[in-house]
Amino acid sequence: MDLILEGIKKAFLLLITLDPEVMGITLLSLEVSGTATLISLLIGISTGTAVALSEFPGRKILVSLINTGMGLPPVVVGLFVTIFLWRNGPLGFLEVLYTPTAMIIAQAIIATPIVMGISLAAIQALPKNLRLQILALGATRLQMVWILIKEAKLPLLAGVMAGFGGVISEVGASIMVGGNIRGYSRVLTTATVMETSRGNFDIAIALGIILLLMAYFINLVLTQIQQRERPR
Amino acid sequence: MNGSQSILEAKDLQVTKAGALVLDIPALTVEGREILSLIGPNGAGKTTLLQTLACLIKPSRGEFFFKGQKVSSNHSFLEYRRRVAMVFQEPLLFDTTVFENVGSGLRIRGMKGPQIREIVNENLERFGILHLFHRSARKISGGEAQRVALARAFATRPEVLLLDEPFSSLDPPTRESLLVDLESILRETKTTTLVATHDRMEALRLSDRIAMMNKGRILQVGPPAEVMNQPLDEFVASFVGVETILPGQVIKKDEGSFVASIMGQEVEAVGEVELGESVVFCIRPENVTLAVHHSKESSSARNVFPGRIVKIIPLGLYHKVQLDCGFPLVSYITGHSLENLSLREGKEVFASFKATSIHVVRRSLRQRLS
Repeated sequence: MDLILEGIKKAFLLLITLDPEVMGITLLSLEVSGTATLISLLIGISTGTAVALSEFPGRKILVSLINTGMGLPPVVVGLFVTIFLWRNGPLGFLEVLYTPTAMIIAQAIIATPIVMGISLAAIQALPKNLRLQILALGATRLQMVWILIKEAKLPLLAGVMAGFGGVISEVGASIMVGGNIRGYSRVLTTATVMETSRGNFDIAIALGIILLLMAYFINLVLTQIQQRERPR
Repeated sequence: MNGSQSILEAKDLQVTKAGALVLDIPALTVEGREILSLIGPNGAGKTTLLQTLACLIKPSRGEFFFKGQKVSSNHSFLEYRRRVAMVFQEPLLFDTTVFENVGSGLRIRGMKGPQIREIVNENLERFGILHLFHRSARKISGGEAQRVALARAFATRPEVLLLDEPFSSLDPPTRESLLVDLESILRETKTTTLVATHDRMEALRLSDRIAMMNKGRILQVGPPAEVMNQPLDEFVASFVGVETILPGQVIKKDEGSFVASIMGQEVEAVGEVELGESVVFCIRPENVTLAVHHSKESSSARNVFPGRIVKIIPLGLYHKVQLDCGFPLVSYITGHSLENLSLREGKEVFASFKATSIHVVRRSLRQRLS
């Protein structure tokens, strides 16, 4: 019991004094996961919307693939990104393995299907006739898509949050492609794993608290969104 | 084509959905400024016809013309679509303020701030919802929402307005007040309107012509009184109801009761109307009694008209007797009285009905187009 209490005490001390190492790790985490989420938004929202609005053979199979992708195991993503970026791999010439860039790539691959799946569902959940109503108001196809995305902005925000939440708390891929290099590619999750295995519970708990706070904030926003109603 | 120019003309229009023919209109013409009701049961093709005319559904065959010009290529679709407006059964408002909702059609057309503001205000006022201006579309009632949807359509100053059962999801008092307002707005703006409804009283009140639809086809089209009094077949008859529909004009007014001129004859009815107003009388056949002799004391009915029996149709338990009293009239009588009065086609009789048994529809808005 002492171990835990002592750990928590030290953890708060680290947080209050803004320990440079803890802060550095936190900032890098936000940077890597934020960039990855941004990339996943561009690809996920556009593709998700396109799939939601079109009819083509094999659409159901594609949708189920996207939905499967929402639960992509990070270690599998880590494995394939490592293989591709390996010195002798197809993308080895980029020389980005064990850099934050590699982590961004891996996290973007994890977050994209999540954002895509939620975007698809969000656009499909809009009233069936809304599309027709927008066209009947004289909109071009492009204007129609833009208005639909604006109408689905709250559930799309949920997609953003879910994507970000998925990658900020992910550890498998980050440690595989980032290498957990101190001061360079060490993020909240990989640092927590390492400090725990070393027995440095105070730092591990401090990092854990930061992650928990982020999770709380994300869910707070998600809950707000879920409680809102659509107009008539 | 003398005087009133046709604004929409459909030729051989067909729509197929999943292999089934859901709309089949060999010909339909809509005159400028007229209000045409599409009436029929669910699945009759009313919505499909409106959506096809709004360029939201591509016809699988046929074509239609707007002011004599064929609506065809994708380019003219957009240009045409910006000259018509459609309102759906659900208000389908955007998740923003009432103001932004009403202005959305204008914004889509690239119009800028001050101009939008002016037109939006005008239309909010028109529908009596100026006070909702800043409210979120999420926080207004169903009736208010439908008013916003109508104002949004009117803001684009459409040359043709397509209304797809815009009142059917509203409760009766809300519906009534919106109907009254819409009637006067349509009269004021003289907008050509196609309105789908399954409420025949609504159709009777609003429209210059009624098109009766079923299974994707138009079975009959004509002035309300014509469609309702002379249904072409059993289906139309069963749908538009059994009342005799008599359009007329108020010529005398008393406390609570009034007299209207119906095709030159004076008919007394009960209700609050104004002198000179157009009204429609709906008379149910079971309220019309027949007699061979005109005897004042035996009947408390105030309307008695001599007439000739045009046709007698047996309907099982009773007979349907069609009369010509200077205006058409239908009466239901039992087989027993048919024998007692020895009625047959061509016989002269006296038809009577009480002033209180007439259902009066006020139709002040516009004169029928000739």
